[in-house]
Amino acid sequence: MNNKSKSLALHGGVIAALFALQFVLPAYHHGNLARIMVLACYAMGYNVLFGYSGLLSLGHAMFFAAGMYGMALTIQHLGFPPSAALLTGIAAAFVVSAVVGFLALRTTGVAFMIVTLMFAQAFYLAILNLGEYTRGDEGFVIQQADRIMAGVDLSDASNRYFAALILFSVCMAVTLRLVHAPAGRILVAIRENEERARMLGYDIFRHKLAAVVISGTLSGLAGAGYGLLFGYAGASFATVQYSIFPLLWVLLGGAGTVLGPLVGTLFMFYLIDLSSGLTSAYMLIAGAVLVLLTLFARQGLVGEIRRRFAPWLP
Amino acid sequence: MDLGPYLFLASLEGAVTAAVLALTAVGLSLVFGVMRVVNVAHGEFFMLGAVLAWWVASLAGGHPAIGFALAVLVAPVIAGAIAAAADFIVLKRLDYDPENTIVATIGILYIIQQTVLMTYGPDARPVEAPFSYRIYFPWFGYSAYKLFVIAAAVAILLGVWAIMARTRIGLVLRATQLDRETAQAFGIPVERVYALVFGLGAGLAALAAVLIVPIQQAHYLMGGDPLLLSFIVVIIGGLGSLSGTVVAAIIIGMSDGIISVFFTPTLAKIIATLLVAFILVFRPTGLFGTRSA
Amino acid sequence: MIIKKNKPVIETRRNVLKTLAIGAGAAAGASILPGFVRYAQAQSSAPIKIGFQVHRTGIGAAYGRWYDRTTMAAAKLINDNGGINGRPVEIVAEDDGTDPKRGAEVVEKFATQHNCDIGFGTLFSHVVIGSAPRAGELKLPYFVVSEGHHVASGMLNRYTLQPGITDVKSQVQAMAPFVASTLGKKVTMIFPDFAFGHDHRDYFSAAVEAQGGEVLAKIAIPPTESSFTKYFPQIPSGTEVIYHVMVGPAVLTFVKEMGEFFGPNRPEIFGFIDSLEAVDLGSSGLEFLEGTYFWEGNPRYAQADQSEHDKFYREAVGVDDNGASISDPKDVSTYSHMFGCWETLHIVKAGMEAAGYQGPADRAKLIEAVEAMTDMPLSREHPQGAKRFNGKTHQTFGHQYISRVESGRLVLAHTTSIEDTLYPDETDYTTQSF
Repeated sequence: MNNKSKSLALHGGVIAALFALQFVLPAYHHGNLARIMVLACYAMGYNVLFGYSGLLSLGHAMFFAAGMYGMALTIQHLGFPPSAALLTGIAAAFVVSAVVGFLALRTTGVAFMIVTLMFAQAFYLAILNLGEYTRGDEGFVIQQADRIMAGVDLSDASNRYFAALILFSVCMAVTLRLVHAPAGRILVAIRENEERARMLGYDIFRHKLAAVVISGTLSGLAGAGYGLLFGYAGASFATVQYSIFPLLWVLLGGAGTVLGPLVGTLFMFYLIDLSSGLTSAYMLIAGAVLVLLTLFARQGLVGEIRRRFAPWLP
Repeated sequence: MDLGPYLFLASLEGAVTAAVLALTAVGLSLVFGVMRVVNVAHGEFFMLGAVLAWWVASLAGGHPAIGFALAVLVAPVIAGAIAAAADFIVLKRLDYDPENTIVATIGILYIIQQTVLMTYGPDARPVEAPFSYRIYFPWFGYSAYKLFVIAAAVAILLGVWAIMARTRIGLVLRATQLDRETAQAFGIPVERVYALVFGLGAGLAALAAVLIVPIQQAHYLMGGDPLLLSFIVVIIGGLGSLSGTVVAAIIIGMSDGIISVFFTPTLAKIIATLLVAFILVFRPTGLFGTRSA
Repeated sequence: MIIKKNKPVIETRRNVLKTLAIGAGAAAGASILPGFVRYAQAQSSAPIKIGFQVHRTGIGAAYGRWYDRTTMAAAKLINDNGGINGRPVEIVAEDDGTDPKRGAEVVEKFATQHNCDIGFGTLFSHVVIGSAPRAGELKLPYFVVSEGHHVASGMLNRYTLQPGITDVKSQVQAMAPFVASTLGKKVTMIFPDFAFGHDHRDYFSAAVEAQGGEVLAKIAIPPTESSFTKYFPQIPSGTEVIYHVMVGPAVLTFVKEMGEFFGPNRPEIFGFIDSLEAVDLGSSGLEFLEGTYFWEGNPRYAQADQSEHDKFYREAVGVDDNGASISDPKDVSTYSHMFGCWETLHIVKAGMEAAGYQGPADRAKLIEAVEAMTDMPLSREHPQGAKRFNGKTHQTFGHQYISRVESGRLVLAHTTSIEDTLYPDETDYTTQSF
């Protein structure tokens, strides 16, 4: 079996396992996994930019929120059906990421971090400032009646799980397709040595912009999906904290691996959920785990597996 | 109020913001310049300074000035020692790899923040100012302590400048900043210099917090804003340039005050934020930097 | 874990989790969770589990601590008096981090892992709005103590109720007659630039204009702000009254800087106590508040004509006559809000008893029983004052208090009637199916 078919078998297997899990999981974990899959889409989107292209953004909450509000506001104020709203959410994230990418990519490194952070902060403040439509920090409910897509009620637990699985599969397929495509390899080449890639004649800016747009749009898809599946849109999803989360998930799971984002999101979710039972300072445990990871598993969980056992992992 | 006095007041407020910001950001800039790492936990050392100041002041009793003076001496030292220990235990072992350092300092951020929550609690607690004189301008009243904060920050910054420019320690720091390997080859104990710099950076942030805590209150989540703002200042000022950092702090602090005169408050924040983004978009090395970030 | 009848069972989440840990480890083991077994065996004496969504961390933590204490005191009282329908009450507390996403997760945990009978206790509006859809979908009765207008506005669902605390719309509009007639008709408002502040802005402006008053300026402060002096020059010179309401850890800075700015020549000042909730009025820099007025949800300082019920409630929670903790006079309570936890738990008890509540199958009956409630007299169960519950809008209405700062204490100056706080219904949840 060559590496590509091994990889396809593995990722197909993961989807199949996630599909099968819905029949055995108890209600609580069933619900959690649906949420984790949607959040993992966000992390996968982030990973396209950070893991494969080496660009560290601190503003991805802006793309997540663009998708969420692009979806929710059109339902709330224009009466869009959810399928059309989902598309406007994706379109909103596409436009925002294209504009921000075009501007921010004039910078690199730490300046890129700050520029994305600043745009995201302005975006967050704008959500508050437009409180008349967005209800600011308080946010608003997307009513159950507005969450019936093509006859399927997304507020139902098993429908939600299935929808989350579809979202997750789409994001994973996009990521896999990208890393196996020549364009994906060029991104890795840019990450490893931008100057050399430039000398080979690649249009660096165009490739990076594509990475920002793909990354931002996937994040927006996750945001729109999250709002539709869980029935709420609020400004807290646009705060800095929600820009740092995908970074943590990706680093934990393994930057530049296709499965890393899912593993990282899953790990972090249960870390917080279980440690919150032990102490109200559960973020203390999360902090200690982060420090330990950097000391003992620098490439993240999947990254370490790839390094030690399976160098073929994409 | 007329525009003139209003601008005067906004400038005063901007100057206080700028003074505290400059101190905090110079600490971050030192770490950045010498060690080439991003310390995401910098804001937490600021917060530690404020919380320790409350602790020292409440233990001291007597006239508020006694507690405040003790806090100025003690809080930065403790915060600096904790930072140096973190450098020694964690960052050194990461070989200061940029990405891993970011994750590790995010971890340290949570550890500090949550430890404070568990011990000090979730309240915002005030520390009394060493003196509570109020200056009466014809149009408004103003706290004299705020003017003291500006003066104190200027004095401390001059001190930092003197250390960097005139002392042997400063020479060692500058040498390490320019070229780590060569410095090591010339017998500079780079490891200890790094721990010292990390501690010094944290100490400056803590000192800034001690100055501000009689105006604001000590709260376990107060580290977020100073972190963001000092980041911005360090980048705008140009990486590793201490004087650039100070100038950028003045620009950011003053514009925060003055833009608020002309726009509704939240709109002013949006404009100020976008301004920073566009400065970087069109001058990616910062206003005074020569080196790309 | 064997639970004897009538024994107070106030459990921390830690103990509950210890019991559940065995089951939680095995992913497929829901049906063998120890909790289930006990429930099946001891139908009549199994505790009624109340999921308590509490702000232990995040921006609401100072409120959360007092919500926690009040809830535990109320649960202890209920258990000491024989529990609910003869069954003890067990409080299962989970931290929501004052975050809507975590809040929704916590509600799911109550419904599907802890198998709680109801969810209860949330304060911050964005957590309520983020969690309520999940509570509705999981059919978990969700009793919030938030004072937001979200319940009565019709945004939420039939499973979400706010029977123990009044909402911001009724509070704000009830202040307008007093402000306009006693303090002045030209008002400048200072409020945080997010939904809570906008509610104040919109409802108060309308109400004060109805009184022949006028709002000269509306100064919205960005929520990320930590210094405020630069905004005070925007207060127009003709202002007779300043109306302020701020929340968050920077509130003391705000009030102190207002004092520095005005000095002795201040206009009349009317504030919502939110600006100083959990803050000691004796803090240095607050002397200038002498003679200013505050809205209070429940008078923080024991008044001369204190009711026996307030006295009882104060003692049970551990609050002294100055509104601070008995064990630490610097630890000031959130007295204007936390009574809502006490009253809500007692309403839950009354509702469950009226519905003959046995278990989760009776959740709809519980909601119908609460919807049927109307007048609740001043009593041990309702120490803040009489209430009038509106079953259609799921929102309670009650007296509001206006206090004046005298010698550094808040002294009650005016009590509004319940009628002052009423407004036309905006929704009817009873038309929704369960």
